Amino acid sequence: MSRYNFAFLDEHTKRMIRRALLKAVAIPGYQVPFGSREMPLSYGWGTGGVQVTASIIGPDDVLKVIDQGADDTTNAVSIRQFFRRTTGVRTTTRAHDATIIQTRHRVPETRLAEGQIVVFQVPIPEPLRWLEPRETETRTMHALEEYGVMHVRLYEDITRHGHVETSYDYPVRVNGRYLMRPSPIPKFDNPKLDRNPALLLFGAGREKRMYAVPPYTSVRSLDFEDYPFTIERWEHACALCGARDAFLDEIVVDDKGGRMFVCSDTDHCERRRSAP
Amino acid sequence: MYVAVKGGEQAIEAAHAQLAEDRRGDAAVPELTLMQIEQQLGLAVDRVMTEGSLYDRELAALAIKQARGDLVEAIFLLRAYRTTLARFGASLPVDTTRMTIRRRVSATFKDVPGGQILGPTFDYTHRLLDFSLADPEREREPTAAVDCPKPTSGSALPGHAERAARQSEGGVGAISGPPRVIDVLDREGLIEPERSDDDSGVVGDVTREPLAFPAARDVRLQNLARADEGFVLALGYATQRGYGRNHPFAAEIRIGEVELELAPEELGFSITLGELTVTECQMVNQFTGSAAAPPQFTRGYGLTFGHTERKAMAMALVDRALRARELGEAARTPPQDEEFVLYHSDNVEASGFVQHLKLPHHVDFQSELVLLRTLRAEAGIAPATTSP
Repeated sequence: MSRYNFAFLDEHTKRMIRRALLKAVAIPGYQVPFGSREMPLSYGWGTGGVQVTASIIGPDDVLKVIDQGADDTTNAVSIRQFFRRTTGVRTTTRAHDATIIQTRHRVPETRLAEGQIVVFQVPIPEPLRWLEPRETETRTMHALEEYGVMHVRLYEDITRHGHVETSYDYPVRVNGRYLMRPSPIPKFDNPKLDRNPALLLFGAGREKRMYAVPPYTSVRSLDFEDYPFTIERWEHACALCGARDAFLDEIVVDDKGGRMFVCSDTDHCERRRSAP
Repeated sequence: MYVAVKGGEQAIEAAHAQLAEDRRGDAAVPELTLMQIEQQLGLAVDRVMTEGSLYDRELAALAIKQARGDLVEAIFLLRAYRTTLARFGASLPVDTTRMTIRRRVSATFKDVPGGQILGPTFDYTHRLLDFSLADPEREREPTAAVDCPKPTSGSALPGHAERAARQSEGGVGAISGPPRVIDVLDREGLIEPERSDDDSGVVGDVTREPLAFPAARDVRLQNLARADEGFVLALGYATQRGYGRNHPFAAEIRIGEVELELAPEELGFSITLGELTVTECQMVNQFTGSAAAPPQFTRGYGLTFGHTERKAMAMALVDRALRARELGEAARTPPQDEEFVLYHSDNVEASGFVQHLKLPHHVDFQSELVLLRTLRAEAGIAPATTSP
């Protein structure tokens, strides 16, 4: 890999991305357009997250990569290998030990600390996209803080179904200002974004946008006084570690409807099992 | 249920090994060389260079070989390589009036200065499978040994080998190809003058800057040149069927070699970097006019690498459709909608995002299951099977 620069991207590109990240941190929740590069992995596979990680990673960093909460899913393995090849940095599966955690679809169950950075892979950054397909329109709506349509949508869900019909990528308000898509994490993870001590960076490669939630920033999931935001609950405990407060994956174990529920966060589950 | 990290790594390694084996196919069959691909699958190379936006026949051939002939995959490979290359400057605009012509046709006039040159085209072939091609033993005679005219630069001008020879003797810039057909209309004022919608003098670069709207025409044309041929073809076709109809005539299609020149600041004069084969299409479209301006034809433009005529023509149709705003037309159809066209034209982006659906989504799906079961329970529907 010696013909490529450290972490693949050239230093000019990294600087361009870091400048965009600084802007993103300065305006929490605001989507900053950036000159996203074509990466050697497919769009939709985490090109935005990979560019963010590549731009901030240094030789002393320790990297953890998860997909669906797990370190062993194929795309997590592939991205971890990519950084191992292009940077030679240490990698880990333990959330505690990582300085950078790149993730797709989950926030680790482990409470994060100051100094840690979580990099989210984002497919569609625009929270208003399903309500308004035009970028020119949605940018104006953000500028004018015109978020009524989203409240109307949630209200319509409640009148029709008694619940908000969004279970993942549930819209949040950042720092009392920008409406933000938390990337498709289950709404179970939304409360973890609020006032998190870690820096949360979001990269959308194909859509050429990035945004950020600085440490200890308020992140509120949209709701109504009489219909407060709630998260998923399971009647089961994790079949492996017995956790009752973790997000559970449902695994089909036979063709007769048999199910097994286990932690989606493999590191969390392992640690609970190996704890004395 | 926890699969060791090693398991995933081994699975990926095994998948790559299988891919390499499948790529090679039966080892008893001789392996393809890049030269064979470059020479005998030249139009595939042209498409990959155009949409990969990198003019390098050998790398395009390599990408095609590596991608097992999947051209969108080959385009992706070439793009991912291109993105690592340094930008050391912008070339001078290519002058297509100085093209060494291989093929040049106009549909708007029976004959044009410089003549109509059919060149190597499928246009009038009968699409009958040529079974003689299936017989590798038989070296074929060129069909009926037609006396082909050599490529010309204008009437009775020498072919490019001769031109190169003459240039090395000091006759630089002395030769020009046949005039553009569209310039004939231009001189009479029948067609709108070609004017820039951007005074900055700086050409946009869609590979370095994110799209912003409204997009200037240089950015739109760049996007369309890189765009998926199938997508542009379908949109161009739609304009002909009434979705943004703009009454096109193919004023000229020309294919041939042009020189690429760079004028480094420190030199103060331009140097030739090399030669490109390009396809250029000029469409003449329905006229506009107002109380202030007399009626005039309008333009649509397409330019692509290599011999990629279908793409260049479709591009010219879509370029014209995207000028709706500028020309004061109501933009009511998809081909006229620049956000729709420019955001969805790229096959590397589209292919990635469509196919990312095969990545695991079980966490989000689990959230949906939990919600759906809650809704159904509240509606009084008992689960059909009981969970353990």
